[in-house]
Amino acid sequence: MSGAMTDIARLHVESATIGYDKRIISEHLSVAIPDESFTVIVGPNACGKSTLLRGLSRLLKPSAGQVVLDGADISSYKSKEVARRVGLLPQTALAPDGITVADLVARGRYPYQGFVRQWTEADEQAVARAMNQTAVTELSGRLVDELSGGQRQRVWVAMALAQHTDILLLDEPTTFLDIAHQIELLELFTDLHHVGHTLVAVLHDLNHAARYGTHLIAMKDGQVVAEGTPEEVVTAELVEEVFGLRCLVVPDPVAGTPQVVPLGRTRKEKAV
Amino acid sequence: MSTGIPSRSRLAHPRGADETPAERVDFGRRVLVVRRRRIAVRLEGRSVVVCAVLVLAAAGMAVLALMTGSYQLSAGQVVSALTGGETGIVRDIVVEWRLPRVVAALVFGGALGASGAIFQSLLRNPLADPGIIGFSQGSYTGALLVILVINGTYWQLVGGALLGGMATALAVYVLAYRNGVQGFRLIVVGIGVSAMLASLNTWLILKADLEVAMAAAVWGAGSLNGVSWGRVVVGGACIAALLLLAGMLSRPMQQMELGDDAAASQGVRVSPARLGLIVVGVALTATVTAASGPIAFISLVAPQIGRRLARTAGITLAPAAFVGALLCLAADYIAQHVAPTPLPVGIITVMLGGGYLGYLLFTEARRRL
Ligand SMILES: Nc1ncnc2c1ncn2[C@@H]1O[C@H](COP(=O)(O)OP(=O)(O)O)[C@@H](O)[C@H]1O
Ligand SMILES: [Mg+2]
Repeated sequence: MSGAMTDIARLHVESATIGYDKRIISEHLSVAIPDESFTVIVGPNACGKSTLLRGLSRLLKPSAGQVVLDGADISSYKSKEVARRVGLLPQTALAPDGITVADLVARGRYPYQGFVRQWTEADEQAVARAMNQTAVTELSGRLVDELSGGQRQRVWVAMALAQHTDILLLDEPTTFLDIAHQIELLELFTDLHHVGHTLVAVLHDLNHAARYGTHLIAMKDGQVVAEGTPEEVVTAELVEEVFGLRCLVVPDPVAGTPQVVPLGRTRKEKAV
Repeated sequence: MSTGIPSRSRLAHPRGADETPAERVDFGRRVLVVRRRRIAVRLEGRSVVVCAVLVLAAAGMAVLALMTGSYQLSAGQVVSALTGGETGIVRDIVVEWRLPRVVAALVFGGALGASGAIFQSLLRNPLADPGIIGFSQGSYTGALLVILVINGTYWQLVGGALLGGMATALAVYVLAYRNGVQGFRLIVVGIGVSAMLASLNTWLILKADLEVAMAAAVWGAGSLNGVSWGRVVVGGACIAALLLLAGMLSRPMQQMELGDDAAASQGVRVSPARLGLIVVGVALTATVTAASGPIAFISLVAPQIGRRLARTAGITLAPAAFVGALLCLAADYIAQHVAPTPLPVGIITVMLGGGYLGYLLFTEARRRL
């Protein structure tokens, strides 16, 4: 099944070796992002999730194998052409001092702009719409430094949306947010998924991954250990294998998706 | 909790036609949008006003500098000399004697301001200054070697200063390189290299004959004395070309303030853009240093003053260059006409900038420790 999917998926990795200068993180990695899916990547810290997203968006060039975008090696595209098809919201994005919300969102239009074409009508409409979609229009003239964490994260998503790509990669977009803002953002992603975006998000919370993802990829040590629907991937065996955590998987009482309940110590038990 | 997230029906397909009527984006500040044929630019209203005011101030300062000297002229005489209405001694004083120096101060100051803006933006640090991270000291070393070892001509000195600055930049870059160049490490390495070169320069001067040492020390203080049209035209042409390159790289530069990954994912070719910016920034400083000796601190303070005046997001080139030009001209005026005896302009900028540097180091240290 994975073979057939690899042939048709717009974005996939073919037996690629991805890493940094001397350090290989993933070897012979093959993985496909199903079209129009909300794919969630899970795995322990430092297992290579961000590295995979960097490969998928051409920030890293595989030393062997290739990443294929729309039927051609991603490294054969012009850099702005890739940026019009695949967007990435990295973990490490920084807001310049004194930037306003609208200005930051407008930075997402870079791949469409040139030296004398910096702010066309199309740019303005894309920015207005991205701010509408993420409900930051009211914040438009505010300084990004002065926003709450949840608001700021929506602004970053707006910047990525203004880039107008069908495929959007999000690296730990919910980390550092409180639970209400995490859910709010995940439901925004679900809405974006419903209107046709292909989304790939790295999430740490397996319950969120199972509830909102349509396709899960579990990684460990740079390799894909399992992929499929949440029901196929989120099992007690797999959680133990990937995270080394013993747990119970029960149906989520609200959505019916798998829910992970750790079998760690409870409050009443004492340390041995 | 009311989140204000729109319902699904308001969302449109990523590539679908947009049916909502045209909406204007509110940037929270006044913007000027010019859309004509192939041109579509958005300018910050405040930046435009600030730059215009700086140009006017620099023009006023220039007239004042052209009036002042042992032969005092009126503003009317200066303007008429500049517009070709004067002949004889007045024209000679304005156009041949005083104007090259004024143009040099403006052009060199602008170059220093732009160079500082490039480094502060690239390294995301207000301490990132070509003077502080050793490039000026390297240029000085190059010039000293030319003066002391081969007793070279002016143009050989220029070449030596350029080579010295470039070599130092390369050395700092290589020493700071570890999986890419991280801003703060480059600054620390640069300060170290700068200190080493400073002692080397002192040693070179001590070894030299008195007369040669005096000449070297004068050059080392940074002075616009004896700037002729010939030198201004050559230096100015180089600087104009470099500023054009800097302008072309300014959009990737702004985008890179979002971080390398974000910029790259938006289609910026980060490594070539960064290398290009470093080369342009080093060349701007080295050109000025070669022509006039190191004029310290303008590249440090101009970008920050420009940013605060124009209230731009991050560091932008134009306000930094205009502030640099005005500062350099004002400092040279003070050095020539306000100080009890005429001084090299570099001494004035050191005195004005030193206090600012102390303040900056203090706040930076408090932020990091
Ligand atoms: N720029 C880099 N240079 C060298 N090694 C890196 C770099 N970024 C990440 N790594 C290493 O690659 C491994 C995988 O990192 P990453 O993909 O960021 O993990 P994850 O996102 O799954 O937490 C880690 O061991 C990390 O130390
Ligand atoms: Mg990561």
